[in-house]
Amino acid sequence: MSRAGGGHGTWFLILPALIPILVLSVGPLLYGIGLAFTDAQSGRTQATRWVGLLNFSDLLQDTLFWDSFRVGLVWALGVTVPQFFLALGLALLLGQELRLRWLARALAIIPWAMPEVVVGIMWRLVYHPDAGVLNETLRSFGLGPDEGRDWLSGTATALLAVIVVGVWAGMPQTTVTLLAGLQNVPRELHEAAAMDGAGAWRRFRTVTWPAIKPVALAVSALNFIWNFNSFALVFVLTDGGPGGRTRLPMLFAYEEAFRYGQFGYAAAMGLAMVALIAVLLAVYLSRRLRGEDEQ
Amino acid sequence: MRKFSSAERPLATRRGVGRAGQYLALLCYLAFLAFPFLWLVSTAFKPPRELGSIHPTWIPRAPTLDNFRTAFDEQPLLQAAGNSLLAAAVSALVAIALATPMAYVLARRRTRFARAATGWVVVSQAFPLVLVIIPLFLVLKNLHLVDSRTGLVLVYVVWSLPFALWMLTGYVRAVPPELEEAAAVDGAGRLRILVSVTGPLLMPGIVATGLFAFITAWNEFFFALVLLKSPEKQTMPVVLTHFLGAEGVADLGPLAAAALLATLPGLVLFAVIQRRITGGMLAGAVKH
Repeated sequence: MSRAGGGHGTWFLILPALIPILVLSVGPLLYGIGLAFTDAQSGRTQATRWVGLLNFSDLLQDTLFWDSFRVGLVWALGVTVPQFFLALGLALLLGQELRLRWLARALAIIPWAMPEVVVGIMWRLVYHPDAGVLNETLRSFGLGPDEGRDWLSGTATALLAVIVVGVWAGMPQTTVTLLAGLQNVPRELHEAAAMDGAGAWRRFRTVTWPAIKPVALAVSALNFIWNFNSFALVFVLTDGGPGGRTRLPMLFAYEEAFRYGQFGYAAAMGLAMVALIAVLLAVYLSRRLRGEDEQ
Repeated sequence: MRKFSSAERPLATRRGVGRAGQYLALLCYLAFLAFPFLWLVSTAFKPPRELGSIHPTWIPRAPTLDNFRTAFDEQPLLQAAGNSLLAAAVSALVAIALATPMAYVLARRRTRFARAATGWVVVSQAFPLVLVIIPLFLVLKNLHLVDSRTGLVLVYVVWSLPFALWMLTGYVRAVPPELEEAAAVDGAGRLRILVSVTGPLLMPGIVATGLFAFITAWNEFFFALVLLKSPEKQTMPVVLTHFLGAEGVADLGPLAAAALLATLPGLVLFAVIQRRITGGMLAGAVKH
Protein backbone atom coordinates (compact mmCIF):
# COMPACT_ATOMS: atom_id res chain seq x y z
CA MET A 1 0.00 0.00 0.00
CA SER A 2 1.31 3.41 -0.90
CA ARG A 3 0.34 5.22 2.26
CA ALA A 4 1.79 2.80 4.79
CA GLY A 5 2.33 3.83 8.38
CA GLY A 6 -1.03 5.42 9.04
CA GLY A 7 -0.44 6.57 12.58
CA HIS A 8 -2.98 8.67 14.44
CA GLY A 9 -5.25 9.25 11.44
CA THR A 10 -5.98 5.56 11.04
CA TRP A 11 -6.78 4.98 14.69
CA PHE A 12 -9.05 7.98 14.61
CA LEU A 13 -11.01 6.26 11.85
CA ILE A 14 -11.08 2.84 13.47
CA LEU A 15 -11.82 3.57 17.11
CA PRO A 16 -15.43 4.80 16.79
CA ALA A 17 -16.50 1.37 15.55
CA LEU A 18 -13.88 -0.65 17.38
CA ILE A 19 -14.75 0.50 20.89
CA PRO A 20 -18.44 -0.46 20.75
CA ILE A 21 -17.53 -3.79 19.17
CA LEU A 22 -15.01 -4.52 21.92
CA VAL A 23 -17.26 -3.31 24.75
CA LEU A 24 -20.59 -4.72 23.59
CA SER A 25 -19.66 -7.69 21.43
CA VAL A 26 -16.22 -9.18 22.12
CA GLY A 27 -16.37 -8.37 25.82
CA PRO A 28 -19.82 -9.80 26.52
CA LEU A 29 -19.00 -12.90 24.52
CA LEU A 30 -15.92 -13.60 26.64
CA TYR A 31 -17.95 -12.75 29.74
CA GLY A 32 -20.66 -15.17 28.55
CA ILE A 33 -18.11 -17.95 28.09
CA GLY A 34 -16.89 -17.24 31.62
CA LEU A 35 -20.43 -17.33 33.01
CA ALA A 36 -20.80 -20.91 31.78
CA PHE A 37 -18.37 -21.90 34.56
CA THR A 38 -20.26 -20.07 37.32
CA ASP A 39 -23.52 -20.47 39.21
CA ALA A 40 -24.81 -17.07 38.08
CA GLN A 41 -28.54 -16.59 38.59
CA SER A 42 -30.83 -13.69 38.01
CA GLY A 43 -31.82 -11.58 41.02
CA ARG A 44 -29.56 -13.38 43.46
CA THR A 45 -28.14 -11.62 46.46
CA GLN A 46 -25.19 -13.91 47.15
CA ALA A 47 -22.02 -13.46 45.16
CA THR A 48 -21.63 -15.57 42.04
CA ARG A 49 -19.10 -18.37 42.46
CA TRP A 50 -16.94 -20.39 40.10
CA VAL A 51 -18.26 -23.91 39.89
CA GLY A 52 -15.84 -25.32 37.34
CA LEU A 53 -17.42 -27.89 35.04
CA LEU A 54 -20.50 -28.44 37.21
CA ASN A 55 -22.85 -26.88 34.68
CA PHE A 56 -21.50 -29.14 31.97
CA SER A 57 -21.78 -32.29 34.03
CA ASP A 58 -25.38 -31.26 34.81
CA LEU A 59 -25.90 -30.70 31.11
CA LEU A 60 -24.73 -34.22 30.33
CA GLN A 61 -27.48 -35.57 32.62
CA ASP A 62 -30.15 -33.24 31.27
CA THR A 63 -32.16 -35.42 28.89
CA LEU A 64 -34.52 -32.54 28.07
CA PHE A 65 -31.59 -30.54 26.77
CA TRP A 66 -30.33 -33.40 24.63
CA ASP A 67 -33.85 -33.84 23.27
CA SER A 68 -33.84 -30.21 22.27
CA PHE A 69 -30.37 -30.63 20.79
CA ARG A 70 -31.68 -33.45 18.65
CA VAL A 71 -34.68 -31.37 17.60
CA GLY A 72 -32.29 -28.56 16.72
CA LEU A 73 -30.19 -30.84 14.52
CA VAL A 74 -33.22 -32.30 12.75
CA TRP A 75 -34.59 -28.82 12.21
CA ALA A 76 -31.30 -27.34 10.99
CA LEU A 77 -30.64 -30.19 8.54
CA GLY A 78 -34.30 -30.44 7.59
CA VAL A 79 -34.35 -26.78 6.66
CA THR A 80 -30.87 -26.35 5.20
CA VAL A 81 -30.78 -29.32 2.83
CA PRO A 82 -34.17 -28.93 1.06
CA GLN A 83 -33.68 -25.19 1.06
CA PHE A 84 -30.38 -25.58 -0.74
CA PHE A 85 -31.77 -27.83 -3.48
CA LEU A 86 -34.92 -25.76 -3.95
CA ALA A 87 -32.88 -22.58 -4.11
CA LEU A 88 -30.44 -24.14 -6.56
CA GLY A 89 -33.33 -25.20 -8.79
CA LEU A 90 -34.84 -21.73 -8.69
CA ALA A 91 -31.49 -20.07 -9.34
CA LEU A 92 -30.91 -22.29 -12.39
CA LEU A 93 -34.41 -21.47 -13.66
CA LEU A 94 -33.85 -17.77 -13.17
CA GLY A 95 -30.66 -18.08 -15.19
CA GLN A 96 -32.76 -19.21 -18.19
CA GLU A 97 -34.46 -16.87 -20.60
CA LEU A 98 -37.93 -17.37 -19.16
CA ARG A 99 -40.84 -14.99 -18.90
CA LEU A 100 -42.13 -14.23 -15.39
CA ARG A 101 -38.59 -14.11 -14.05
CA TRP A 102 -39.27 -10.58 -12.81
CA LEU A 103 -42.20 -11.89 -10.78
CA ALA A 104 -40.03 -14.49 -9.05
CA ARG A 105 -37.48 -11.81 -8.23
CA ALA A 106 -40.20 -9.55 -6.84
CA LEU A 107 -41.77 -12.32 -4.75
CA ALA A 108 -38.40 -13.32 -3.38
CA ILE A 109 -38.31 -9.99 -1.55
CA ILE A 110 -41.27 -10.88 0.65
CA PRO A 111 -39.76 -13.57 2.92
CA TRP A 112 -36.52 -11.66 3.05
CA ALA A 113 -37.91 -8.29 4.14
CA MET A 114 -40.58 -9.63 6.47
CA PRO A 115 -40.11 -9.64 10.26
CA GLU A 116 -39.67 -13.23 11.43
CA VAL A 117 -42.56 -12.71 13.81
CA VAL A 118 -44.82 -11.89 10.89
CA VAL A 119 -43.61 -14.93 8.95
CA GLY A 120 -44.62 -17.01 11.96
CA ILE A 121 -48.03 -15.33 12.27
CA MET A 122 -48.67 -15.70 8.55
CA TRP A 123 -48.01 -19.43 8.58
CA ARG A 124 -50.15 -19.86 11.68
CA LEU A 125 -52.95 -18.50 9.53
CA VAL A 126 -52.07 -20.97 6.77
CA TYR A 127 -51.97 -23.91 9.20
CA HIS A 128 -55.00 -22.81 11.21
CA PRO A 129 -57.22 -25.89 11.79
CA ASP A 130 -60.51 -24.15 10.89
CA ALA A 131 -59.77 -20.97 8.99
CA GLY A 132 -56.49 -22.08 7.40
CA VAL A 133 -55.98 -22.40 3.68
CA LEU A 134 -54.05 -25.66 3.94
CA ASN A 135 -56.90 -27.72 5.39
CA GLU A 136 -59.37 -26.08 3.03
CA THR A 137 -57.22 -26.94 0.01
CA LEU A 138 -56.80 -30.53 1.16
CA ARG A 139 -60.54 -30.80 1.71
CA SER A 140 -61.30 -29.45 -1.75
CA PHE A 141 -59.11 -32.19 -3.23
CA GLY A 142 -60.94 -34.73 -1.11
CA LEU A 143 -57.84 -35.34 0.99
CA GLY A 144 -57.53 -35.09 4.73
CA PRO A 145 -60.22 -35.34 7.35
CA ASP A 146 -63.27 -33.08 7.52
CA GLU A 147 -62.31 -32.23 11.06
CA GLY A 148 -59.58 -29.65 10.66
CA ARG A 149 -56.17 -31.06 11.31
CA ASP A 150 -54.11 -28.92 13.66
CA TRP A 151 -50.70 -29.07 12.00
CA LEU A 152 -48.78 -27.09 14.59
CA SER A 153 -50.06 -28.83 17.69
CA GLY A 154 -50.13 -32.40 16.41
CA THR A 155 -47.13 -34.32 17.72
CA ALA A 156 -46.66 -36.07 14.38
CA THR A 157 -46.82 -32.98 12.18
CA ALA A 158 -45.46 -30.08 14.24
CA LEU A 159 -41.77 -30.42 13.45
CA LEU A 160 -42.40 -30.98 9.75
CA ALA A 161 -44.74 -28.00 9.67
CA VAL A 162 -42.19 -25.62 11.19
CA ILE A 163 -39.46 -26.98 8.90
CA VAL A 164 -41.56 -26.05 5.85
CA VAL A 165 -41.80 -22.51 7.21
CA GLY A 166 -38.04 -22.41 7.75
CA VAL A 167 -37.43 -23.49 4.16
CA TRP A 168 -39.82 -20.84 2.87
CA ALA A 169 -38.30 -18.07 4.97
CA GLY A 170 -34.68 -18.62 3.96
CA MET A 171 -35.06 -19.63 0.33
CA PRO A 172 -34.73 -16.17 -1.27
CA GLN A 173 -31.40 -15.35 0.36
CA THR A 174 -29.97 -18.70 -0.68
CA THR A 175 -31.34 -18.32 -4.20
CA VAL A 176 -29.88 -14.86 -4.66
CA THR A 177 -26.49 -16.00 -3.37
CA LEU A 178 -26.45 -19.01 -5.70
CA LEU A 179 -27.63 -16.84 -8.58
CA ALA A 180 -24.62 -14.61 -7.99
CA GLY A 181 -22.41 -17.69 -7.91
CA LEU A 182 -23.83 -18.73 -11.28
CA GLN A 183 -22.35 -15.57 -12.78
CA ASN A 184 -18.97 -17.30 -12.39
CA VAL A 185 -19.94 -20.12 -14.72
CA PRO A 186 -17.92 -19.77 -17.91
CA ARG A 187 -20.44 -19.41 -20.75
CA GLU A 188 -18.09 -20.61 -23.49
CA LEU A 189 -17.43 -23.82 -21.62
CA HIS A 190 -21.16 -24.41 -21.35
CA GLU A 191 -21.64 -23.89 -25.08
CA ALA A 192 -18.66 -26.05 -25.94
CA ALA A 193 -20.04 -28.87 -23.79
CA ALA A 194 -23.43 -28.54 -25.49
CA MET A 195 -21.77 -28.74 -28.91
CA ASP A 196 -20.03 -31.94 -27.84
CA GLY A 197 -23.47 -33.35 -27.12
CA ALA A 198 -23.34 -33.27 -23.34
CA GLY A 199 -26.80 -33.46 -21.81
CA ALA A 200 -28.14 -30.98 -19.29
CA TRP A 201 -27.17 -33.08 -16.26
CA ARG A 202 -23.66 -33.69 -17.59
CA ARG A 203 -23.17 -30.02 -18.32
CA PHE A 204 -24.36 -29.18 -14.83
CA ARG A 205 -21.98 -31.65 -13.21
CA THR A 206 -18.88 -30.85 -15.23
CA VAL A 207 -19.26 -27.11 -15.88
CA THR A 208 -21.79 -25.45 -13.58
CA TRP A 209 -21.20 -27.27 -10.30
CA PRO A 210 -17.40 -26.81 -10.11
CA ALA A 211 -17.88 -23.07 -10.70
CA ILE A 212 -20.49 -22.57 -7.99
CA LYS A 213 -19.11 -25.07 -5.49
CA PRO A 214 -17.34 -22.53 -3.23
CA VAL A 215 -20.47 -20.38 -2.99
CA ALA A 216 -22.63 -23.46 -2.43
CA LEU A 217 -20.38 -24.66 0.40
CA ALA A 218 -20.31 -21.28 2.09
CA VAL A 219 -24.03 -20.66 1.85
CA SER A 220 -25.03 -24.10 3.11
CA ALA A 221 -22.61 -23.90 6.05
CA LEU A 222 -23.88 -20.44 7.01
CA ASN A 223 -27.50 -21.50 6.63
CA PHE A 224 -26.90 -24.46 8.91
CA ILE A 225 -25.42 -22.23 11.61
CA TRP A 226 -28.20 -19.66 11.39
CA ASN A 227 -30.90 -22.31 11.40
CA PHE A 228 -29.42 -24.16 14.35
CA ASN A 229 -29.33 -20.87 16.28
CA SER A 230 -32.73 -19.60 15.17
CA PHE A 231 -35.36 -18.49 17.64
CA ALA A 232 -38.14 -16.09 16.64
CA LEU A 233 -39.80 -18.20 13.95
CA VAL A 234 -40.42 -21.24 16.08
CA PHE A 235 -41.12 -19.13 19.17
CA VAL A 236 -44.09 -17.62 17.35
CA LEU A 237 -45.20 -20.79 15.56
CA THR A 238 -45.26 -23.27 18.43
CA ASP A 239 -43.19 -21.89 21.32
CA GLY A 240 -41.47 -25.27 21.37
CA GLY A 241 -44.62 -27.34 21.67
CA PRO A 242 -46.29 -29.77 21.49
CA GLY A 243 -44.49 -31.45 24.36
CA GLY A 244 -41.10 -30.15 23.29
CA ARG A 245 -41.33 -31.60 19.78
CA THR A 246 -40.17 -28.31 18.27
CA ARG A 247 -38.17 -26.95 21.20
CA LEU A 248 -34.99 -25.73 19.51
CA PRO A 249 -31.89 -25.35 21.74
CA MET A 250 -32.22 -21.56 21.62
CA LEU A 251 -35.79 -21.75 22.92
CA PHE A 252 -34.64 -24.06 25.70
CA ALA A 253 -31.74 -21.81 26.67
CA TYR A 254 -33.97 -18.71 26.53
CA GLU A 255 -36.42 -20.28 28.97
CA GLU A 256 -33.63 -21.43 31.24
CA ALA A 257 -32.13 -17.93 31.33
CA PHE A 258 -35.11 -15.61 31.34
CA ARG A 259 -37.94 -17.70 32.75
CA TYR A 260 -35.97 -19.57 35.42
CA GLY A 261 -33.07 -17.12 35.77
CA GLN A 262 -30.36 -19.78 35.44
CA PHE A 263 -27.80 -17.59 33.71
CA GLY A 264 -24.76 -19.80 34.28
CA TYR A 265 -26.51 -22.96 33.13
CA ALA A 266 -27.98 -21.25 30.05
CA ALA A 267 -24.54 -19.91 29.12
CA ALA A 268 -23.20 -23.46 29.34
CA MET A 269 -25.93 -24.50 26.91
CA GLY A 270 -24.89 -21.74 24.53
CA LEU A 271 -21.29 -22.93 24.73
CA ALA A 272 -22.36 -26.50 24.03
CA MET A 273 -24.18 -25.23 20.92
CA VAL A 274 -21.07 -23.41 19.71
CA ALA A 275 -18.96 -26.51 20.28
CA LEU A 276 -21.34 -28.69 18.32
CA ILE A 277 -21.45 -26.25 15.42
CA ALA A 278 -17.66 -25.93 15.38
CA VAL A 279 -17.17 -29.71 15.27
CA LEU A 280 -19.81 -30.28 12.58
CA LEU A 281 -18.48 -27.47 10.43
CA ALA A 282 -14.91 -28.67 10.73
CA VAL A 283 -15.94 -32.15 9.63
CA TYR A 284 -18.14 -30.86 6.80
CA LEU A 285 -15.66 -28.39 5.39
CA SER A 286 -12.60 -30.63 5.66
CA ARG A 287 -14.50 -33.47 3.96
CA ARG A 288 -15.63 -31.20 1.16
CA LEU A 289 -12.24 -29.65 0.68
CA ARG A 290 -10.56 -33.04 0.63
CA GLY A 291 -13.12 -34.20 -1.92
CA GLU A 292 -12.06 -31.25 -4.04
CA ASP A 293 -8.42 -32.33 -3.95
CA GLU A 294 -9.26 -35.80 -5.13
CA GLN A 295 -11.13 -34.62 -8.18
CA MET B 1 -44.40 -48.12 -35.95
CA ARG B 2 -41.46 -47.68 -33.66
CA LYS B 3 -41.61 -45.09 -30.92
CA PHE B 4 -38.78 -42.61 -30.52
CA SER B 5 -36.66 -43.23 -27.50
CA SER B 6 -35.85 -40.05 -25.70
CA ALA B 7 -32.40 -39.90 -27.25
CA GLU B 8 -33.75 -40.25 -30.77
CA ARG B 9 -36.66 -37.88 -30.40
CA PRO B 10 -36.22 -34.83 -32.62
CA LEU B 11 -34.25 -32.14 -30.86
CA ALA B 12 -36.89 -29.44 -31.27
CA THR B 13 -39.58 -31.47 -29.49
CA ARG B 14 -37.21 -32.26 -26.66
CA ARG B 15 -36.41 -28.58 -26.30
CA GLY B 16 -40.13 -27.76 -26.27
CA VAL B 17 -40.82 -30.33 -23.59
CA GLY B 18 -37.90 -29.01 -21.59
CA ARG B 19 -39.18 -25.45 -21.87
CA ALA B 20 -42.66 -26.46 -20.74
CA GLY B 21 -41.14 -28.30 -17.81
CA GLN B 22 -39.16 -25.22 -16.87
CA TYR B 23 -42.26 -23.05 -16.91
CA LEU B 24 -44.16 -25.57 -14.85
CA ALA B 25 -41.37 -25.62 -12.27
CA LEU B 26 -41.23 -21.83 -12.21
CA LEU B 27 -44.98 -21.63 -11.64
CA CYS B 28 -44.69 -24.05 -8.71
CA TYR B 29 -42.00 -21.83 -7.19
CA LEU B 30 -44.11 -18.72 -7.69
CA ALA B 31 -47.10 -20.37 -6.03
CA PHE B 32 -45.01 -21.56 -3.09
CA LEU B 33 -43.46 -18.14 -2.55
CA ALA B 34 -46.68 -16.18 -2.95
CA PHE B 35 -49.47 -18.19 -1.35
CA PRO B 36 -48.80 -17.58 2.38
CA PHE B 37 -48.55 -13.84 1.77
CA LEU B 38 -51.72 -13.76 -0.33
CA TRP B 39 -53.49 -15.65 2.45
CA LEU B 40 -52.30 -13.09 4.98
CA VAL B 41 -53.65 -10.26 2.82
CA SER B 42 -56.91 -12.10 2.27
CA THR B 43 -57.38 -12.77 6.00
CA ALA B 44 -56.66 -9.15 6.87
CA PHE B 45 -59.66 -7.98 4.82
CA LYS B 46 -62.19 -10.63 5.86
CA PRO B 47 -65.10 -9.85 8.17
CA PRO B 48 -65.49 -12.12 11.25
CA ARG B 49 -68.36 -14.03 9.68
CA GLU B 50 -66.20 -15.18 6.76
CA LEU B 51 -63.29 -16.03 9.06
CA GLY B 52 -65.59 -18.39 10.91
CA SER B 53 -66.93 -20.03 7.77
CA ILE B 54 -66.20 -23.71 7.29
CA HIS B 55 -65.01 -23.12 3.76
CA PRO B 56 -62.71 -20.08 3.76
CA THR B 57 -62.23 -18.45 0.37
CA TRP B 58 -59.19 -16.80 -1.19
CA ILE B 59 -61.01 -13.61 -2.07
CA PRO B 60 -63.10 -12.03 0.72
CA ARG B 61 -66.76 -11.87 -0.35
CA ALA B 62 -67.36 -8.70 1.63
CA PRO B 63 -63.94 -7.09 2.15
CA THR B 64 -63.69 -4.79 5.15
CA LEU B 65 -61.24 -2.50 6.89
CA ASP B 66 -62.71 -3.26 10.33
CA ASN B 67 -59.83 -5.59 11.21
CA PHE B 68 -57.37 -2.71 10.98
CA ARG B 69 -59.53 -0.57 13.25
CA THR B 70 -59.92 -3.42 15.77
CA ALA B 71 -56.17 -4.08 15.73
CA PHE B 72 -55.46 -0.47 16.68
CA ASP B 73 -58.08 -0.65 19.43
CA GLU B 74 -56.79 -3.90 20.91
CA GLN B 75 -53.07 -3.15 21.01
CA PRO B 76 -51.03 0.07 21.16
CA LEU B 77 -49.85 -0.37 17.58
CA LEU B 78 -49.15 3.29 16.91
CA GLN B 79 -46.95 3.55 19.97
CA ALA B 80 -45.21 0.31 19.05
CA ALA B 81 -44.59 1.57 15.51
CA GLY B 82 -43.17 4.78 16.97
CA ASN B 83 -40.84 2.81 19.26
CA SER B 84 -39.70 0.64 16.38
CA LEU B 85 -39.19 3.62 14.11
CA LEU B 86 -37.11 5.42 16.72
CA ALA B 87 -34.94 2.42 17.57
CA ALA B 88 -34.41 1.48 13.92
CA ALA B 89 -33.67 4.99 12.65
CA VAL B 90 -31.30 6.00 15.45
CA SER B 91 -29.40 2.72 15.47
CA ALA B 92 -29.04 2.73 11.67
CA LEU B 93 -27.70 6.28 11.63
CA VAL B 94 -25.24 5.65 14.46
CA ALA B 95 -24.08 2.34 12.97
CA ILE B 96 -23.38 3.97 9.62
CA ALA B 97 -21.54 6.88 11.21
CA LEU B 98 -19.32 4.49 13.19
CA ALA B 99 -18.81 1.87 10.49
CA THR B 100 -17.98 4.01 7.47
CA PRO B 101 -14.54 5.23 8.68
CA MET B 102 -13.52 1.77 9.84
CA ALA B 103 -14.74 0.17 6.61
CA TYR B 104 -12.58 2.64 4.75
CA VAL B 105 -9.50 1.53 6.65
CA LEU B 106 -10.34 -2.16 6.27
CA ALA B 107 -10.75 -1.74 2.52
CA ARG B 108 -7.65 0.33 1.89
CA ARG B 109 -5.14 -1.43 4.13
CA ARG B 110 -4.15 -5.02 4.16
CA THR B 111 -2.86 -5.30 7.70
CA ARG B 112 -3.07 -8.10 10.23
CA PHE B 113 -5.54 -5.95 12.11
CA ALA B 114 -7.83 -5.65 9.08
CA ARG B 115 -7.78 -9.41 8.65
CA ALA B 116 -8.52 -9.99 12.34
CA ALA B 117 -11.42 -7.53 12.23
CA THR B 118 -12.91 -9.16 9.13
CA GLY B 119 -12.44 -12.56 10.73
CA TRP B 120 -14.31 -11.40 13.81
CA VAL B 121 -17.17 -10.12 11.67
CA VAL B 122 -17.59 -13.62 10.25
CA VAL B 123 -17.01 -15.56 13.48
CA SER B 124 -19.41 -13.40 15.52
CA GLN B 125 -22.22 -14.58 13.25
CA ALA B 126 -21.79 -18.16 14.41
CA PHE B 127 -22.49 -17.63 18.11
CA PRO B 128 -25.98 -18.32 19.41
CA LEU B 129 -27.58 -15.12 20.67
CA VAL B 130 -28.17 -16.60 24.12
CA LEU B 131 -24.43 -16.57 24.76
CA VAL B 132 -24.38 -12.85 23.94
CA ILE B 133 -27.63 -11.72 25.53
CA ILE B 134 -27.00 -13.00 29.06
CA PRO B 135 -23.78 -11.04 29.63
CA LEU B 136 -25.21 -8.05 27.72
CA PHE B 137 -28.25 -8.16 29.98
CA LEU B 138 -26.01 -8.12 33.06
CA VAL B 139 -23.84 -5.30 31.71
CA LEU B 140 -26.84 -3.20 30.69
CA LYS B 141 -28.48 -3.85 34.05
CA ASN B 142 -25.47 -2.41 35.84
CA LEU B 143 -25.71 0.66 33.61
CA HIS B 144 -29.48 0.88 34.31
CA LEU B 145 -30.12 0.36 30.61
CA VAL B 146 -32.40 -2.68 30.84
CA ASP B 147 -35.99 -1.85 29.90
CA SER B 148 -34.68 1.31 28.26
CA ARG B 149 -34.91 2.48 24.68
CA THR B 150 -31.28 3.70 24.84
CA GLY B 151 -30.13 0.24 25.84
CA LEU B 152 -31.96 -1.32 22.92
CA VAL B 153 -30.48 1.19 20.47
CA LEU B 154 -26.98 0.45 21.81
CA VAL B 155 -27.49 -3.26 21.26
CA TYR B 156 -28.87 -2.69 17.76
CA VAL B 157 -25.91 -0.51 16.82
CA VAL B 158 -23.38 -3.14 17.83
CA TRP B 159 -25.47 -5.88 16.33
CA SER B 160 -25.66 -4.20 12.91
CA LEU B 161 -22.00 -3.13 12.84
CA PRO B 162 -20.57 -6.41 11.48
CA PHE B 163 -22.91 -6.44 8.53
CA ALA B 164 -22.49 -2.71 7.88
CA LEU B 165 -18.70 -3.10 7.95
CA TRP B 166 -18.90 -6.01 5.55
CA MET B 167 -21.08 -4.15 3.06
CA LEU B 168 -19.28 -0.83 3.28
CA THR B 169 -15.85 -2.43 2.88
CA GLY B 170 -17.09 -3.80 -0.43
CA TYR B 171 -18.36 -0.41 -1.54
CA VAL B 172 -15.09 1.32 -0.61
CA ARG B 173 -13.11 -1.26 -2.60
CA ALA B 174 -15.22 -0.39 -5.62
CA VAL B 175 -13.88 3.19 -5.49
CA PRO B 176 -10.51 3.15 -7.29
CA PRO B 177 -7.67 4.32 -4.99
CA GLU B 178 -6.18 6.09 -8.03
CA LEU B 179 -8.88 8.76 -7.70
CA GLU B 180 -7.72 9.50 -4.16
CA GLU B 181 -4.08 9.44 -5.16
CA ALA B 182 -4.74 11.94 -7.94
CA ALA B 183 -6.44 14.27 -5.46
CA ALA B 184 -3.49 13.86 -3.08
CA VAL B 185 -1.09 14.82 -5.87
CA ASP B 186 -3.19 17.94 -6.37
CA GLY B 187 -2.44 18.78 -2.75
CA ALA B 188 -5.75 17.88 -1.10
CA GLY B 189 -5.49 16.81 2.53
CA ARG B 190 -6.64 13.38 3.68
CA LEU B 191 -9.86 14.51 5.31
CA ARG B 192 -10.67 16.66 2.29
CA ILE B 193 -10.18 13.68 -0.02
CA LEU B 194 -12.54 11.60 2.07
CA VAL B 195 -15.21 14.25 2.19
CA SER B 196 -15.12 15.53 -1.38
CA VAL B 197 -13.83 12.60 -3.49
CA THR B 198 -14.60 9.27 -1.84
CA GLY B 199 -17.67 10.33 0.14
CA PRO B 200 -19.94 11.24 -2.77
CA LEU B 201 -19.01 8.05 -4.64
CA LEU B 202 -19.82 5.99 -1.55
CA MET B 203 -23.14 7.70 -0.87
CA PRO B 204 -25.43 5.21 -2.67
CA GLY B 205 -23.75 2.33 -0.84
CA ILE B 206 -24.00 4.14 2.49
CA VAL B 207 -27.70 4.80 1.97
CA ALA B 208 -28.38 1.18 1.01
CA THR B 209 -26.45 -0.14 4.02
CA GLY B 210 -28.25 2.29 6.33
CA LEU B 211 -31.66 1.27 5.02
CA PHE B 212 -30.75 -2.38 5.44
CA ALA B 213 -29.69 -1.75 9.04
CA PHE B 214 -33.01 0.06 9.53
CA ILE B 215 -35.00 -2.89 8.21
CA THR B 216 -33.16 -5.46 10.32
CA ALA B 217 -33.67 -3.37 13.46
CA TRP B 218 -37.34 -2.77 12.59
CA ASN B 219 -37.82 -6.54 12.24
CA GLU B 220 -35.72 -7.58 15.25
CA PHE B 221 -37.45 -9.61 17.93
CA PHE B 222 -35.14 -11.45 20.34
CA PHE B 223 -33.27 -8.53 21.92
CA ALA B 224 -36.45 -6.47 22.16
CA LEU B 225 -38.21 -9.39 23.85
CA VAL B 226 -35.51 -9.81 26.46
CA LEU B 227 -34.58 -6.18 27.08
CA LEU B 228 -37.93 -4.36 27.11
CA LYS B 229 -40.49 -5.10 29.79
CA SER B 230 -42.70 -1.98 29.99
CA PRO B 231 -45.57 -2.25 27.50
CA GLU B 232 -45.21 1.39 26.45
CA LYS B 233 -41.61 0.83 25.35
CA GLN B 234 -42.09 -2.37 23.36
CA THR B 235 -41.45 -2.53 19.63
CA MET B 236 -43.75 -3.74 16.87
CA PRO B 237 -42.70 -7.43 16.66
CA VAL B 238 -43.04 -7.86 20.44
CA VAL B 239 -46.47 -6.21 20.49
CA LEU B 240 -47.56 -8.45 17.60
CA THR B 241 -46.92 -11.52 19.73
CA HIS B 242 -49.46 -10.17 22.27
CA PHE B 243 -52.15 -10.99 19.69
CA LEU B 244 -51.12 -14.64 19.89
CA GLY B 245 -52.23 -17.16 22.43
CA ALA B 246 -55.70 -18.56 22.56
CA GLU B 247 -56.84 -16.82 19.42
CA GLY B 248 -60.44 -17.42 18.45
CA VAL B 249 -61.29 -17.38 14.78
CA ALA B 250 -62.62 -13.83 15.05
CA ASP B 251 -59.24 -12.56 16.30
CA LEU B 252 -57.45 -13.75 13.19
CA GLY B 253 -58.53 -10.73 11.16
CA PRO B 254 -56.97 -8.08 13.43
CA LEU B 255 -53.90 -10.30 13.83
CA ALA B 256 -53.45 -10.47 10.07
CA ALA B 257 -54.11 -6.76 9.67
CA ALA B 258 -51.49 -5.81 12.26
CA ALA B 259 -48.95 -8.25 10.81
CA LEU B 260 -49.50 -6.80 7.36
CA LEU B 261 -48.94 -3.25 8.60
CA ALA B 262 -45.75 -4.26 10.39
CA THR B 263 -44.41 -5.70 7.14
CA LEU B 264 -45.03 -2.73 4.86
CA PRO B 265 -42.08 -0.45 5.74
CA GLY B 266 -39.53 -3.21 5.34
CA LEU B 267 -41.12 -4.42 2.14
CA VAL B 268 -41.12 -0.99 0.51
CA LEU B 269 -37.58 -0.11 1.58
CA PHE B 270 -36.25 -3.50 0.62
CA ALA B 271 -37.74 -3.23 -2.85
CA VAL B 272 -35.78 0.00 -3.24
CA ILE B 273 -32.40 -1.37 -2.18
CA GLN B 274 -32.56 -5.04 -3.14
CA ARG B 275 -30.18 -4.89 -6.10
CA ARG B 276 -27.64 -2.82 -4.25
CA ILE B 277 -27.69 -5.08 -1.21
CA THR B 278 -27.11 -8.28 -3.16
CA GLY B 279 -24.37 -6.54 -5.13
CA GLY B 280 -22.76 -5.20 -1.95
CA MET B 281 -22.84 -8.54 -0.16
CA LEU B 282 -20.81 -10.05 -2.97
CA ALA B 283 -18.48 -7.08 -3.29
CA GLY B 284 -17.68 -7.44 0.42
CA ALA B 285 -16.79 -11.06 -0.22
CA VAL B 286 -14.47 -10.37 -3.16
CA LYS B 287 -10.81 -10.81 -2.29
CA HIS B 288 -8.12 -8.98 -4.15
